[in-house]
Amino acid sequence: MPISATDLENAIRAAIPVVHLEIEDTSNGCGENYEVFVVSPAFEGKNTLARHRFINEVLKDQIAQMHAFSQKTLTPKQYEAQLAQQTAS
Amino acid sequence: MFRTALRSSFTALRAPARVPAVALGSSPSLPFAVARRYISQEVRAKIQKAVESTPVVLFMKGTPEAPQCGFSRAAVQVLDIHGVPPEKLKTFDVLEDSELRQSIKEFSDWPTIPQLYVNGEFVGGCDILLNMHQSGELDQLLVKNGVILPEEAQKEEA
Repeated sequence: MPISATDLENAIRAAIPVVHLEIEDTSNGCGENYEVFVVSPAFEGKNTLARHRFINEVLKDQIAQMHAFSQKTLTPKQYEAQLAQQTAS
Repeated sequence: MFRTALRSSFTALRAPARVPAVALGSSPSLPFAVARRYISQEVRAKIQKAVESTPVVLFMKGTPEAPQCGFSRAAVQVLDIHGVPPEKLKTFDVLEDSELRQSIKEFSDWPTIPQLYVNGEFVGGCDILLNMHQSGELDQLLVKNGVILPEEAQKEEA
């Protein structure tokens, strides 16, 4: 059974408060490859490795069925800074 | 080292079991503290030896000359950009060894390949590596671990 973006979204939203979430199916629809971008205050004070481990654990069952999985995890502060930078450039 | 790890795992077992059994073993240097024990101690010991064999160890799909996956290719390229000398880098092709392909995921508690270790410590996968490359943290980490020289020294050498 292919993994849907909704599966991933539900699992993430159930685990942590989410400020911004982007889930991109990079597999052309077969549900094998996903890129996830999560902005959450839950990442505050955690380094990238800890954040990724956390998301890996939340999506453990889904990731096991995928071919490729890529993630980006930011705190709301980092996300704002990134948006500001993008508008500036 | 083996004995210390074993003892600490027993201490962990005796500690009040308030942490769920699936708690992430966040430190790969303490493999026995990882709650999941599907891979044998023999395999675990073998991988532990492998990650400590060279300052930089990369588990990847394919070889640096012929990577078999875009993520592994990116990891190799990033290490190359930072000038990691070949004698300090060892790569393992998980496609050549199906046992390793499964057990490394459990060993590192990390679901994807590639996986990077520096001086026996798990650093992360492709996303983390690229992140650290962009932020300059990778350079710092490699310098701190004596894998590459600081930039000024590199210039002098050249």
